[in-house]
Amino acid sequence: MNNQPATRDTAKAVARFDITQRLVAKLHNEEAVIGGIGHTNFDLWAAGRRPQNFYMLGSMGLAIPIALGVAIAQPARKVIALEGDGSLLMMLGCLATVGARQPKNLIMVIMDNGAYEITGGQTTASAQGTDLAAVARATGIANANWAADEAHFETLIDEALATPGPHLIAARLTSAKPAGQTERDPAQIRDRFMRGLGTKR
Amino acid sequence: MTEATWHGIIHATLKAHDVKLVTYVPDNVLRPLIERIHADDFFTAFTCTREEEAVGIVSGAWMGGMRGVVLMQTSGFATLPNVLASLPVPFQIPVLLIVSERGTLGEFNIGQAMVARTMRPVLDSIAMEHHTLSRLDEVEFIVDRSIRQAVATQQPACLILSPLLTGGKVFK
Repeated sequence: MNNQPATRDTAKAVARFDITQRLVAKLHNEEAVIGGIGHTNFDLWAAGRRPQNFYMLGSMGLAIPIALGVAIAQPARKVIALEGDGSLLMMLGCLATVGARQPKNLIMVIMDNGAYEITGGQTTASAQGTDLAAVARATGIANANWAADEAHFETLIDEALATPGPHLIAARLTSAKPAGQTERDPAQIRDRFMRGLGTKR
Repeated sequence: MTEATWHGIIHATLKAHDVKLVTYVPDNVLRPLIERIHADDFFTAFTCTREEEAVGIVSGAWMGGMRGVVLMQTSGFATLPNVLASLPVPFQIPVLLIVSERGTLGEFNIGQAMVARTMRPVLDSIAMEHHTLSRLDEVEFIVDRSIRQAVATQQPACLILSPLLTGGKVFK
Protein backbone atom coordinates (compact mmCIF):
# COMPACT_ATOMS: atom_id res chain seq x y z
CA MET A 1 0.00 0.00 0.00
CA ASN A 2 1.35 3.42 -0.87
CA ASN A 3 0.91 6.50 1.29
CA GLN A 4 -1.97 8.00 -0.68
CA PRO A 5 -5.35 7.82 1.07
CA ALA A 6 -7.58 5.17 -0.45
CA THR A 7 -10.33 6.26 -2.83
CA ARG A 8 -13.38 4.34 -3.94
CA ASP A 9 -11.43 3.30 -7.03
CA THR A 10 -8.35 2.06 -5.16
CA ALA A 11 -10.14 0.52 -2.15
CA LYS A 12 -10.17 -3.27 -2.13
CA ALA A 13 -13.68 -4.70 -2.36
CA VAL A 14 -14.41 -6.39 0.96
CA ALA A 15 -17.20 -8.70 2.11
CA ARG A 16 -20.00 -7.00 4.06
CA PHE A 17 -20.56 -9.84 6.53
CA ASP A 18 -16.81 -10.14 7.20
CA ILE A 19 -16.31 -6.45 8.00
CA THR A 20 -19.55 -6.34 10.00
CA GLN A 21 -18.18 -9.17 12.16
CA ARG A 22 -14.85 -7.34 12.50
CA LEU A 23 -16.70 -4.21 13.62
CA VAL A 24 -18.93 -6.00 16.13
CA ALA A 25 -15.89 -7.79 17.62
CA LYS A 26 -14.45 -4.40 18.58
CA LEU A 27 -17.52 -3.22 20.52
CA HIS A 28 -16.73 -3.59 24.24
CA ASN A 29 -18.42 -0.50 25.69
CA GLU A 30 -22.07 -1.09 24.84
CA GLU A 31 -21.81 1.07 21.75
CA ALA A 32 -25.16 1.54 20.00
CA VAL A 33 -25.40 0.33 16.40
CA ILE A 34 -28.18 1.33 13.99
CA GLY A 35 -28.46 -1.05 11.02
CA GLY A 36 -29.86 0.54 7.85
CA ILE A 37 -32.49 -1.27 5.81
CA GLY A 38 -31.78 -4.33 3.68
CA HIS A 39 -28.64 -6.36 3.63
CA THR A 40 -26.84 -3.90 5.93
CA ASN A 41 -29.00 -4.81 8.91
CA PHE A 42 -29.41 -8.46 7.86
CA ASP A 43 -25.66 -8.91 8.25
CA LEU A 44 -25.65 -6.95 11.51
CA TRP A 45 -28.30 -9.38 12.78
CA ALA A 46 -26.29 -12.37 11.52
CA ALA A 47 -23.13 -11.06 13.19
CA GLY A 48 -24.69 -11.73 16.59
CA ARG A 49 -27.54 -10.12 18.50
CA ARG A 50 -26.61 -7.36 20.89
CA PRO A 51 -29.11 -5.44 23.03
CA GLN A 52 -27.54 -2.22 21.72
CA ASN A 53 -28.38 -3.02 18.07
CA PHE A 54 -31.34 -1.40 16.35
CA TYR A 55 -32.58 -3.01 13.13
CA MET A 56 -34.53 -0.79 10.75
CA LEU A 57 -37.53 -2.10 8.81
CA GLY A 58 -38.26 0.51 6.18
CA SER A 59 -37.61 4.27 6.48
CA MET A 60 -34.89 4.03 3.83
CA GLY A 61 -32.09 6.49 4.49
CA LEU A 62 -32.71 7.10 8.18
CA ALA A 63 -29.89 5.08 9.79
CA ILE A 64 -27.71 8.18 10.24
CA PRO A 65 -30.57 10.43 11.50
CA ILE A 66 -31.69 7.77 14.02
CA ALA A 67 -28.08 7.33 15.16
CA LEU A 68 -27.70 11.10 15.46
CA GLY A 69 -30.77 11.20 17.72
CA VAL A 70 -29.35 8.49 19.97
CA ALA A 71 -25.99 10.31 20.00
CA ILE A 72 -27.63 13.58 21.09
CA ALA A 73 -29.60 11.83 23.85
CA GLN A 74 -26.61 9.84 25.12
CA PRO A 75 -23.44 11.90 24.55
CA ALA A 76 -21.26 9.54 26.62
CA ARG A 77 -22.01 6.55 24.37
CA LYS A 78 -20.45 5.94 20.95
CA VAL A 79 -23.18 5.48 18.36
CA ILE A 80 -22.56 3.77 15.03
CA ALA A 81 -24.77 4.02 11.94
CA LEU A 82 -24.36 1.29 9.32
CA GLU A 83 -25.81 2.54 6.07
CA GLY A 84 -25.83 1.34 2.47
CA ASP A 85 -24.87 3.59 -0.42
CA GLY A 86 -28.36 3.50 -1.96
CA SER A 87 -29.94 4.47 1.34
CA LEU A 88 -27.48 7.28 1.99
CA LEU A 89 -28.03 8.64 -1.53
CA MET A 90 -31.74 8.89 -0.70
CA MET A 91 -31.03 11.02 2.39
CA LEU A 92 -27.78 12.73 1.40
CA GLY A 93 -28.86 15.88 3.25
CA CYS A 94 -28.37 14.10 6.59
CA LEU A 95 -24.60 14.38 6.07
CA ALA A 96 -24.99 18.16 5.91
CA THR A 97 -26.83 18.07 9.24
CA VAL A 98 -24.06 15.95 10.79
CA GLY A 99 -21.47 18.31 9.33
CA ALA A 100 -23.26 21.25 10.92
CA ARG A 101 -23.78 19.54 14.32
CA GLN A 102 -20.36 17.80 14.60
CA PRO A 103 -21.51 15.14 17.09
CA LYS A 104 -18.37 13.83 18.81
CA ASN A 105 -19.80 10.38 19.51
CA LEU A 106 -21.17 9.53 16.05
CA ILE A 107 -19.52 7.03 13.71
CA MET A 108 -20.95 6.37 10.25
CA VAL A 109 -19.98 3.24 8.32
CA ILE A 110 -21.02 3.26 4.67
CA MET A 111 -21.44 -0.12 3.01
CA ASP A 112 -20.95 0.80 -0.65
CA ASN A 113 -21.58 -2.03 -3.11
CA GLY A 114 -22.55 0.37 -5.90
CA ALA A 115 -25.92 -1.30 -6.24
CA TYR A 116 -29.47 -1.56 -4.96
CA GLU A 117 -28.63 -5.18 -4.24
CA ILE A 118 -31.83 -6.29 -2.54
CA THR A 119 -33.97 -5.20 -5.50
CA GLY A 120 -31.89 -6.94 -8.16
CA GLY A 121 -28.56 -5.14 -8.26
CA GLN A 122 -29.49 -1.98 -10.14
CA THR A 123 -26.60 0.50 -10.26
CA THR A 124 -26.40 3.37 -7.74
CA ALA A 125 -24.87 6.77 -8.41
CA SER A 126 -21.92 5.85 -6.20
CA ALA A 127 -20.86 3.30 -8.82
CA GLN A 128 -21.00 6.08 -11.39
CA GLY A 129 -18.82 8.71 -9.78
CA THR A 130 -20.29 9.90 -6.48
CA ASP A 131 -17.62 9.48 -3.79
CA LEU A 132 -19.61 9.38 -0.54
CA ALA A 133 -16.56 10.00 1.68
CA ALA A 134 -15.76 13.08 -0.40
CA VAL A 135 -19.37 14.27 -0.07
CA ALA A 136 -19.05 13.87 3.71
CA ARG A 137 -15.79 15.87 3.77
CA ALA A 138 -17.47 18.62 1.76
CA THR A 139 -20.09 19.00 4.52
CA GLY A 140 -17.40 19.50 7.17
CA ILE A 141 -17.00 15.89 8.36
CA ALA A 142 -13.19 16.00 8.30
CA ASN A 143 -12.64 12.37 9.34
CA ALA A 144 -14.19 10.70 6.32
CA ASN A 145 -12.08 7.94 4.77
CA TRP A 146 -12.20 4.94 2.49
CA ALA A 147 -11.04 1.67 3.98
CA ALA A 148 -8.21 0.42 1.74
CA ASP A 149 -8.74 -3.20 2.84
CA GLU A 150 -9.95 -5.26 5.82
CA ALA A 151 -6.97 -4.40 8.04
CA HIS A 152 -7.30 -0.71 7.27
CA PHE A 153 -11.04 -0.92 8.03
CA GLU A 154 -10.15 -2.24 11.47
CA THR A 155 -7.60 0.54 11.98
CA LEU A 156 -10.17 3.19 11.03
CA ILE A 157 -12.74 1.65 13.40
CA ASP A 158 -10.18 1.61 16.23
CA GLU A 159 -9.41 5.29 15.60
CA ALA A 160 -13.10 6.20 15.44
CA LEU A 161 -13.82 4.41 18.72
CA ALA A 162 -10.85 6.07 20.43
CA THR A 163 -11.09 9.67 19.20
CA PRO A 164 -13.79 12.37 19.02
CA GLY A 165 -15.91 12.33 15.86
CA PRO A 166 -17.86 12.59 13.79
CA HIS A 167 -16.17 9.85 11.78
CA LEU A 168 -17.25 8.37 8.46
CA ILE A 169 -15.73 5.15 7.18
CA ALA A 170 -16.65 4.03 3.68
CA ALA A 171 -16.06 0.46 2.55
CA ARG A 172 -16.34 -0.75 -1.03
CA LEU A 173 -18.05 -4.10 -1.04
CA THR A 174 -18.09 -7.22 -3.10
CA SER A 175 -21.51 -8.39 -4.24
CA ALA A 176 -22.69 -10.95 -1.72
CA LYS A 177 -25.90 -12.30 -0.27
CA PRO A 178 -26.44 -11.54 3.42
CA ALA A 179 -25.62 -14.20 6.01
CA GLY A 180 -29.04 -14.05 7.64
CA GLN A 181 -32.31 -12.17 7.78
CA THR A 182 -33.57 -9.93 10.57
CA GLU A 183 -36.69 -11.04 12.44
CA ARG A 184 -39.33 -8.42 11.63
CA ASP A 185 -40.79 -7.61 15.03
CA PRO A 186 -40.51 -3.83 15.40
CA ALA A 187 -41.94 -3.48 18.91
CA GLN A 188 -39.56 -6.15 20.21
CA ILE A 189 -36.59 -4.61 18.38
CA ARG A 190 -37.32 -1.22 19.94
CA ASP A 191 -37.94 -2.64 23.39
CA ARG A 192 -34.69 -4.63 23.43
CA PHE A 193 -32.75 -1.67 22.12
CA MET A 194 -34.09 0.63 24.84
CA ARG A 195 -33.22 -1.92 27.51
CA GLY A 196 -29.76 -2.17 25.96
CA LEU A 197 -29.40 1.59 26.23
CA GLY A 198 -30.67 1.63 29.81
CA THR A 199 -33.72 3.75 28.96
CA LYS A 200 -36.31 1.07 29.74
CA ARG A 201 -36.52 -1.47 32.53
CA MET B 1 -44.75 33.49 33.54
CA THR B 2 -46.19 31.97 30.42
CA GLU B 3 -47.09 34.48 27.78
CA ALA B 4 -50.71 34.03 26.65
CA THR B 5 -49.89 33.47 23.00
CA TRP B 6 -50.13 30.12 21.21
CA HIS B 7 -46.35 30.00 20.93
CA GLY B 8 -45.81 31.02 24.56
CA ILE B 9 -48.15 28.28 25.76
CA ILE B 10 -46.66 25.59 23.50
CA HIS B 11 -43.14 26.58 24.59
CA ALA B 12 -44.05 26.32 28.27
CA THR B 13 -45.99 23.07 27.85
CA LEU B 14 -43.17 21.34 25.95
CA LYS B 15 -40.80 22.39 28.71
CA ALA B 16 -43.15 21.20 31.44
CA HIS B 17 -43.07 17.74 29.84
CA ASP B 18 -39.28 17.72 29.45
CA VAL B 19 -39.49 17.77 25.64
CA LYS B 20 -35.94 18.96 25.01
CA LEU B 21 -35.10 18.16 21.41
CA VAL B 22 -36.67 20.23 18.65
CA THR B 23 -35.90 19.34 15.02
CA TYR B 24 -37.58 21.29 12.29
CA VAL B 25 -37.85 22.46 8.73
CA PRO B 26 -38.59 26.17 9.04
CA ASP B 27 -41.95 27.80 8.43
CA ASN B 28 -42.93 31.43 8.60
CA VAL B 29 -45.97 30.89 10.83
CA LEU B 30 -43.88 28.84 13.27
CA ARG B 31 -41.21 31.52 13.49
CA PRO B 32 -42.23 32.95 16.88
CA LEU B 33 -42.20 29.45 18.41
CA ILE B 34 -38.86 28.61 16.78
CA GLU B 35 -37.34 31.89 18.01
CA ARG B 36 -38.55 31.29 21.58
CA ILE B 37 -37.12 27.78 21.58
CA HIS B 38 -33.75 28.93 20.27
CA ALA B 39 -33.66 31.65 22.94
CA ASP B 40 -34.12 29.05 25.72
CA ASP B 41 -31.03 26.98 26.69
CA PHE B 42 -33.32 24.21 27.93
CA PHE B 43 -33.83 23.09 24.32
CA THR B 44 -31.54 21.53 21.74
CA ALA B 45 -32.99 22.85 18.48
CA PHE B 46 -31.79 22.74 14.90
CA THR B 47 -32.94 22.68 11.30
CA CYS B 48 -32.96 19.50 9.25
CA THR B 49 -32.79 19.13 5.48
CA ARG B 50 -36.03 17.13 5.28
CA GLU B 51 -38.92 16.34 7.62
CA GLU B 52 -38.17 12.60 7.35
CA GLU B 53 -34.71 13.23 8.71
CA ALA B 54 -36.17 15.26 11.57
CA VAL B 55 -38.53 12.38 12.49
CA GLY B 56 -35.61 9.93 12.41
CA ILE B 57 -33.56 12.07 14.79
CA VAL B 58 -36.40 12.49 17.29
CA SER B 59 -37.12 8.74 17.09
CA GLY B 60 -33.51 7.92 17.92
CA ALA B 61 -33.44 10.44 20.74
CA TRP B 62 -36.58 8.92 22.32
CA MET B 63 -34.97 5.50 22.35
CA GLY B 64 -31.91 7.12 23.92
CA GLY B 65 -34.04 8.69 26.65
CA MET B 66 -34.69 12.22 25.39
CA ARG B 67 -38.11 13.52 24.39
CA GLY B 68 -38.48 15.51 21.19
CA VAL B 69 -40.83 17.25 18.81
CA VAL B 70 -40.72 17.87 15.06
CA LEU B 71 -41.96 21.18 13.64
CA MET B 72 -43.01 21.59 10.00
CA GLN B 73 -45.65 22.98 7.68
CA THR B 74 -48.38 21.08 5.83
CA SER B 75 -46.38 20.43 2.66
CA GLY B 76 -43.59 18.96 4.79
CA PHE B 77 -46.03 16.60 6.47
CA ALA B 78 -46.93 15.33 3.00
CA THR B 79 -43.40 13.90 2.65
CA LEU B 80 -43.83 11.73 5.76
CA PRO B 81 -46.32 8.86 5.24
CA ASN B 82 -43.68 6.19 4.55
CA VAL B 83 -41.55 7.16 7.52
CA LEU B 84 -44.50 7.38 9.93
CA ALA B 85 -45.81 3.99 8.77
CA SER B 86 -42.41 2.31 9.06
CA LEU B 87 -40.81 3.94 12.10
CA PRO B 88 -42.81 5.64 14.92
CA VAL B 89 -46.09 3.79 14.37
CA PRO B 90 -44.87 0.15 14.16
CA PHE B 91 -41.89 0.61 16.49
CA GLN B 92 -44.17 2.38 19.02
CA ILE B 93 -42.16 5.57 19.38
CA PRO B 94 -44.06 8.64 20.66
CA VAL B 95 -42.78 11.23 18.21
CA LEU B 96 -44.73 14.47 18.52
CA LEU B 97 -45.37 16.44 15.31
CA ILE B 98 -46.48 20.06 15.29
CA VAL B 99 -47.69 21.17 11.87
CA SER B 100 -48.46 24.71 10.82
CA GLU B 101 -51.52 24.38 8.62
CA ARG B 102 -51.41 25.94 5.21
CA GLY B 103 -53.71 25.33 2.27
CA THR B 104 -56.92 26.59 3.81
CA LEU B 105 -58.65 29.76 5.07
CA GLY B 106 -57.04 32.15 2.66
CA GLU B 107 -54.40 30.07 0.90
CA PHE B 108 -52.95 31.73 -2.19
CA ASN B 109 -50.91 28.79 -3.57
CA ILE B 110 -52.89 26.03 -5.29
CA GLY B 111 -50.15 23.50 -4.57
CA GLN B 112 -50.43 24.13 -0.83
CA ALA B 113 -54.23 23.96 -1.00
CA MET B 114 -54.14 20.57 -2.74
CA VAL B 115 -51.45 18.91 -0.65
CA ALA B 116 -53.11 20.08 2.58
CA ARG B 117 -56.13 17.90 1.77
CA THR B 118 -53.97 14.78 2.03
CA MET B 119 -52.89 15.42 5.63
CA ARG B 120 -55.86 14.29 7.74
CA PRO B 121 -56.70 11.29 5.49
CA VAL B 122 -53.08 10.12 5.87
CA LEU B 123 -53.22 10.52 9.65
CA ASP B 124 -56.54 8.69 9.83
CA SER B 125 -55.41 5.87 7.55
CA ILE B 126 -52.40 5.04 9.76
CA ALA B 127 -54.53 5.53 12.89
CA MET B 128 -52.34 8.32 14.21
CA GLU B 129 -53.83 10.50 16.93
CA HIS B 130 -54.25 14.09 15.73
CA HIS B 131 -55.89 17.28 16.90
CA THR B 132 -56.38 20.67 15.33
CA LEU B 133 -55.63 23.64 17.55
CA SER B 134 -57.88 26.58 16.63
CA ARG B 135 -58.60 28.29 19.98
CA LEU B 136 -56.09 29.87 22.32
CA ASP B 137 -57.95 28.69 25.43
CA GLU B 138 -57.60 25.05 24.30
CA VAL B 139 -53.90 25.06 23.42
CA GLU B 140 -52.49 24.09 26.80
CA PHE B 141 -55.03 21.33 27.39
CA ILE B 142 -54.57 19.73 23.96
CA VAL B 143 -50.75 19.92 23.98
CA ASP B 144 -50.49 18.71 27.58
CA ARG B 145 -52.90 15.79 27.15
CA SER B 146 -51.49 14.81 23.76
CA ILE B 147 -47.96 14.52 25.14
CA ARG B 148 -49.20 12.52 28.13
CA GLN B 149 -51.16 10.14 25.90
CA ALA B 150 -48.35 9.72 23.36
CA VAL B 151 -45.87 8.78 26.08
CA ALA B 152 -48.29 6.55 28.00
CA THR B 153 -49.44 4.64 24.91
CA GLN B 154 -46.07 4.75 23.08
CA GLN B 155 -47.69 6.15 19.95
CA PRO B 156 -46.88 9.23 17.86
CA ALA B 157 -49.25 12.20 17.73
CA CYS B 158 -49.77 15.15 15.42
CA LEU B 159 -50.96 18.62 16.42
CA ILE B 160 -52.15 20.86 13.61
CA LEU B 161 -52.01 24.63 14.15
CA SER B 162 -55.01 26.14 12.34
CA PRO B 163 -54.88 29.65 10.83
CA LEU B 164 -57.76 30.35 13.24
CA LEU B 165 -55.14 30.12 16.00
CA THR B 166 -52.01 31.50 14.33
CA GLY B 167 -53.42 33.90 11.75
CA GLY B 168 -51.80 31.78 9.05
CA LYS B 169 -49.97 33.20 6.09
CA VAL B 170 -51.83 35.62 3.85
CA PHE B 171 -51.13 37.02 0.41
CA LYS B 172 -50.14 40.69 0.55
